[in-house]
Amino acid sequence: MRILVVEDDKDVANFVVKGLREAGHVVEHTPNGRDGLFMAASENFDAIVLDRMLPGGVDGLKLLETLRAQNNHTPVLFLSAMAQVDDRVKGLKAGGDDYMTKPFAFAELLARVEALTRRGKSDAPTTKLMVADLEMDLLSRSVKRAGQKIDLQPREFRLLEFLMRHSGQVVTRTMLLEGVWDYHFDPQTNVIDVHVSRLRQKVDKPFPQPLIHTVRNAGYMLQLEEP
Amino acid sequence: MSEGTLPQPALAGGGAVRKLTQPGLLRSAGVRFGVIYATLFGLSAVALAGFLWWSTAGLLDRQITAELQQDADSLVSVYFDEGLPGVTSAMKDRINGNIDDDALYLLADPEFHLIAGNANAWPAEMPIDQDWGSLRVKRDGLDVLMRVHAFDLPGGYRAMVGRDASVRQNLSRLMEGALFWAAGIAVVLGVVGAWAVRGLFRATIADVSATAMAVSAGDLSRRVRVHGQDDEFDLLAETINDMLDRIGRLMDGVKQVSNAIAHDLRTPITRARTRLEDASIHAKTEADLRQAVDRALVDLDGIVSVFQALLRISEIEAGARRSAFARFDLGAVLADLAELYEAVAEERGMTLSSDVTQGLSLFGDRDMIQQAVANLLDNALKFSPEGGAIEIRAWQDGALVRVTVTDHGPGMQQADMLRATERFFRAEQARSTPGSGLGLALVQAVAQLHGGEIMLADAQPGLRTTLVLQSSLTDDKSATLTAA
Repeated sequence: MRILVVEDDKDVANFVVKGLREAGHVVEHTPNGRDGLFMAASENFDAIVLDRMLPGGVDGLKLLETLRAQNNHTPVLFLSAMAQVDDRVKGLKAGGDDYMTKPFAFAELLARVEALTRRGKSDAPTTKLMVADLEMDLLSRSVKRAGQKIDLQPREFRLLEFLMRHSGQVVTRTMLLEGVWDYHFDPQTNVIDVHVSRLRQKVDKPFPQPLIHTVRNAGYMLQLEEP
Repeated sequence: MSEGTLPQPALAGGGAVRKLTQPGLLRSAGVRFGVIYATLFGLSAVALAGFLWWSTAGLLDRQITAELQQDADSLVSVYFDEGLPGVTSAMKDRINGNIDDDALYLLADPEFHLIAGNANAWPAEMPIDQDWGSLRVKRDGLDVLMRVHAFDLPGGYRAMVGRDASVRQNLSRLMEGALFWAAGIAVVLGVVGAWAVRGLFRATIADVSATAMAVSAGDLSRRVRVHGQDDEFDLLAETINDMLDRIGRLMDGVKQVSNAIAHDLRTPITRARTRLEDASIHAKTEADLRQAVDRALVDLDGIVSVFQALLRISEIEAGARRSAFARFDLGAVLADLAELYEAVAEERGMTLSSDVTQGLSLFGDRDMIQQAVANLLDNALKFSPEGGAIEIRAWQDGALVRVTVTDHGPGMQQADMLRATERFFRAEQARSTPGSGLGLALVQAVAQLHGGEIMLADAQPGLRTTLVLQSSLTDDKSATLTAA
């Protein structure tokens, strides 16, 4: 995927660019808001990682607002040191698709950027999700694996749905909290791990091949092969 | 913390701290009050003098005028009854009856030849067509000022009556003198009074300004003196003192928190630093190095989360987040949280039961309430023994909503309960468990933003935490929000 990184801090930018390239993406970088706007508007990117406070007279918010005014819907992830809830709300209102605060873990950033690009593609409403022999019918709200029906609680269903929609991608605990429970804080207790492990009991345990894998220091991934 | 670390007031930049006791004369509020006082005093003195004048000299004047008019009227009526001789004899009678010799009577023919009267000739200085006037008349060798009234009688005759007005003249001269001196005294008194008012004013605010200066110079212990007279100045002094008390408490809080930050963050920072340095010097294999770096990262993440919690608490305390207030289904929120944590409780061999009134609604910030209750549940799970029961209950209580989380762990000492909501406070027996000591501080901030409080109680055994919230908190801001 082609990703644009607009970030003025040299160390952070190098780190992000290097990490994204290692993950197999094509990355362009500019430290300057004006250049960032120019590149974002004139070239085609799958996602933009955008700092808020930028030199060059165009800050991140302004850049995004201008971009959206031109009807450009490239997914944008804000990466900012402005961590107040109101800052986050402002960023999302301006048209941002996700908001991460510094300091950050790279695994989280990577997972979120990849989730964004996936979201950009699947616009058509799906009624059925399939990963290997796991089948989810969104209309009848039923789940089958290898033809065998699996009974899930509503919350377990939504958790599995989220994992299946992001199959082949790392999904972090924070993403699950936000995406499945709509919580925007980090509980001190390992609540997500417990719920995933319950889901595993039903989805993976009775079958020879596990589908839900733990990715060390990052989160979970649902796919056939070991990550 | 020493005073040296307090921000010193800037003395540069055009004298940011002007000495309050030496303002320019024209700018001085004391002088202004003095001048206002003197002006008011002068105006009232003038008004008083004017009234005195009007009620003495003026009254005399009016009396004489009325007397003359009456005299003239009666002479005219005598003329109609008895003719010219009657008037002549009436005049003579009046002249003879005038013992004080302060009256003037004249009767003249159309050519102004005197027919009767107590003067030598018709006064030439009296214009023919003028009815009222003042004349200087020679009487007994004295020049006397007289108020006179001339009037016509039928047949072209003209008569004149007059009264000695020297009394009035004397009086007015006396009054003029008195008023002149009074004006002088008024000026002196005005100036002295203005000076006194200015001094009084300064004396009253001197203490306030001295206190304010001492405070701005860093001495927060100074207070304005209250004189105990319960007047406006005492009220002002008390208000200022209350304000200073509050500032002092806030400063103490800030000091305490910054001390706590310095202390509580030093520990994990030291740990991370030691780990990195140790690995840098001693690590033999790449795996060792990597492990040390990873653990240092965990430490740093812990530090970041403490910072985030602190910032969030101060954000909530600043009240900035009322903007996100809306009505939501508290029952559903609590049911979700209970479900989220119930799995954890079960995994740890505990039970979590919930008893929430159906249809419980709250006007507030959903995210914040979620986080607050999650913090309470985190605590309950952390301190419950294996097999322990945790209960979450919520119900409407008048205008309040109460949410309780009860565990049956070791509970908390009474003294610790009082301090439990302080930032970074951790009870002695909790020090071995992970945590930053910010959880309940955040819960308290959330409760206060919702017009409520947090209460801790002994659940015998265990701890019961009650979150009290206003179910329909309305202030101006939120009222407009609901209207919008």
